[in-house]
Amino acid sequence: MLRKIIILVFVTCFACFKTVFAAESGGMPQLNPEFWISQIFWLIITFGILFIVLTKIILPKISDNLETRKSQILENIETADKQKEESQKKIDEYEKIILESKIKAKNYFNDAREKILEDINKKRAALEKDLDEEISTTENELFEFKKSSGDKVTKIAAETSAELIKELIGEGVNSSSIAAIVEDQAKINKERKDVI
Amino acid sequence: MASNPMYQFNVYRIGPEIKLGSVDISFTNASLFMVISSLAILIIFNLGAKKKTLIPDKLQLLSELSYSFVAKMISDTAGSKAKPYFSFIFSLFMFVLFCNMFGMIPYAFTVTSHIIVTFVLAAFIFVGVTIIGFMKHGLGYLKLFVPSGVPMVLLPLIVVIEIISYLSRPISLSVRLFANMMAGHTMMKVFGGFVISLGIVGGWLPLSFSVALTGLEILVAFLQAYVFAILTCIYLNDALNLHH
Repeated sequence: MLRKIIILVFVTCFACFKTVFAAESGGMPQLNPEFWISQIFWLIITFGILFIVLTKIILPKISDNLETRKSQILENIETADKQKEESQKKIDEYEKIILESKIKAKNYFNDAREKILEDINKKRAALEKDLDEEISTTENELFEFKKSSGDKVTKIAAETSAELIKELIGEGVNSSSIAAIVEDQAKINKERKDVI
Repeated sequence: MASNPMYQFNVYRIGPEIKLGSVDISFTNASLFMVISSLAILIIFNLGAKKKTLIPDKLQLLSELSYSFVAKMISDTAGSKAKPYFSFIFSLFMFVLFCNMFGMIPYAFTVTSHIIVTFVLAAFIFVGVTIIGFMKHGLGYLKLFVPSGVPMVLLPLIVVIEIISYLSRPISLSVRLFANMMAGHTMMKVFGGFVISLGIVGGWLPLSFSVALTGLEILVAFLQAYVFAILTCIYLNDALNLHH
């Protein structure tokens, strides 16, 4: 069945082929010289106009455009590079400024601290000096007082003894002898104290 | 006679008969498609070249890509000396390409399927290249026919062969394009005829063939334009840089 169909198709194809080529008559119209001159004439005119217009008007425009694009792209790349460099420079500058200001801030801080420390030390020194002075004056005063107090005590003791004796005996005793006794007694006391 | 596969190549007069002296230069369907192709090229590339934006739009990109494509083709095959001939090769490539591509539209006429058109182009290239060669190298251009490193015994034979091959350049160049175009369009017509005559039952096979052929023919249309242009570049290279 299949073979029959294939054979049928081939036969019909062949028949068609035959009819198609049987219909061909007169050969190739290309070899008919009737319109050769006309074709040459119109070919020269159309191709000539095409060539002239393309050469004089259109192609220079296209090549111009290509050139400008090329140069523009190169220019843009150049400017981009330049700007990149500039921005790098700016970044460097910025970093430098930041670093400097950090150092400055540190310095300021240190300065302030030193100043404060100095101030504190000064004030403390002044205060200590004042205190020392006061202490020493007080000590001096005490010392003086102590020094003078011994004489006064003997004096008072002598006077009091004289008064007591006067009351007891009813008559005055030579005050100088009393004083000498008191002094002796005080000396003994003092020696005892020293020994202790 | 629409079923005749060669019928599509018929040239007929459109409009009145124009005579220059005794010569008939009437406007024909071939002329019409030459005009259409040229106009299409001019319109597309003019639109592509009009705006000068940094980022191109579609038409501008198309024209710039074509420009750099042809420029690269010329510099690859003929070197930097061929730069003055850029616009000619560009026009040639675009003209052949657009004529081939317009021929792919159904019911359109293929200008390049006529031997006279391709032969005139090829002959113009041949004459131009020969003139350029003689202008650049004087009689030294004849050294092209004497390859170096050939034994003296073989030299007369080689020179004859070289001369014949040089003289046959316009013929080979024109016949290559014309035959490719004609054969492709004839084949498409034949398979199209099969689709009709086999009808709904058997027409599917030739129809699929037709579809495949259409793709192939579009490829051939581009390829032949490219070959035409690149052979022109190679001939130009021979004339500009004498290698032998």
